[in-house]
Amino acid sequence: MSDGFMAKSIDRQIVLPWSQVIRISFNALRARFFRSMITTSTLVLAAAFLSYTFAVYIILEGVWSAADSALQDKILSAGFTPADGHFGSTAKDRWLVVLSLLVCAVGIVNAQLMAVTERFREIGTLKCLGALDRFVIKLFVLEAAYQGLLGGTAGSILGVGTAVATLWMRFGLPVLIHLPALDLTALLVKSSALAVGLSLIGVMYPAWVAARMQPAIALRSEP
Amino acid sequence: MSGNGAHNVVRLVDVTKVFRMGQEEVHALRGVTLEIKAGEYMSIMGPSGSGKSTLFNMIGALDKPTSGRVFIDEVDVAQLDAYELAWLRCRKIGYIFQTFNLIQVMTAIENVTLPMIFAGMGRDEYMDKGMELLRLVGLAERFQHKPAELSGGQQQRVAVARALANDPAIILADEPTGNLDLTTGEEIISLLKELSQQRGVTIISATHDIKMINVSDRVVWIRDGRIDRIEDREKLQVSVGQVL
Repeated sequence: MSDGFMAKSIDRQIVLPWSQVIRISFNALRARFFRSMITTSTLVLAAAFLSYTFAVYIILEGVWSAADSALQDKILSAGFTPADGHFGSTAKDRWLVVLSLLVCAVGIVNAQLMAVTERFREIGTLKCLGALDRFVIKLFVLEAAYQGLLGGTAGSILGVGTAVATLWMRFGLPVLIHLPALDLTALLVKSSALAVGLSLIGVMYPAWVAARMQPAIALRSEP
Repeated sequence: MSGNGAHNVVRLVDVTKVFRMGQEEVHALRGVTLEIKAGEYMSIMGPSGSGKSTLFNMIGALDKPTSGRVFIDEVDVAQLDAYELAWLRCRKIGYIFQTFNLIQVMTAIENVTLPMIFAGMGRDEYMDKGMELLRLVGLAERFQHKPAELSGGQQQRVAVARALANDPAIILADEPTGNLDLTTGEEIISLLKELSQQRGVTIISATHDIKMINVSDRVVWIRDGRIDRIEDREKLQVSVGQVL
């Protein structure tokens, strides 16, 4: 019976559609909010440092051309020096940012490894229910993406916000009037994306380890 | 799958399992040969450390034997790839654990429906069936509760409902009453017995709960990684005295 054959081939599938992955990992993150905030805080700090560093130069660049000579003097005397009439990050700034991202990457791998280890039993259970290795990876990767997005966005806003606030206090209203909103938004997007990237890099190894475990071994671990 | 002359749903042939603990080798199973018929209610009894749980993991395809073969529905588990193994765990076997192992961040209904999502069911279908199963175990009105908001007995009921999600041929229970008080334990046992009688599900339970003997068709006694003896229901009536 051809009908029966079809039914059988449908029967044989094991699936976890992305819509379910999105729902399950979002709920998991919400239910474990404070625990995941600890993991996420590393990303917040990295994104904040990065976006603060670059935001200062972007804002100065926007203000500089519109500033009168009194304000320009004020900016120069505050220790900011334009190169070829433009403000931009120095080699030292970039070096610091790279270093901070490296430290963050190590921190994230560590935090994710801890978070995944805490959930070995849950992973074992999922596998008993018929989850494939890649379902486990999917779930962890998406959770990490959420964490990256959340931490990255929060950190970027924090960094850019701090840059705007400090420069405003130092140089006054022109900073707000000539704020290069578009460039700052681009910075927000970029540094959030970087945080997502970092978070994904951090979770890859722990998720891979978790997904490959025999269910019996995963279940044996203490919660 | 009921009645006499039922086929072997599980068959173990000379299964051994050796764990390595540093320099030491621990022989958890030392050659177990066992046949379990479809529709049977079987208990694996033995003191802790006797290899019960290891045997449970072998029957459930949750761990690989060091040597020997495990057949489920006459299919050699060692021959299955990861995908087929997942399919087997999803469709053929329902697992119940001493520690319930519900997913803590999910509600009762989400826990019960997860295996059906894996099996590719549509939302309406799995929600209907999930509610029906929760009703069967008497927890329909608590479907939105998380495990932490349920008592031990209620959590184990959710686990039973989850084990039934994809109409498995086998339910494997590892010390299902181990973390429950006497009455709640009895409730879970009679629930399992009902399922075995009404649905013809094969129930295999590793336990050291004597209450389990009363409902078992067969009891396998394990000692030091070997089968000590296998007792049938008739014989059990003599040794236990009162049987339901």
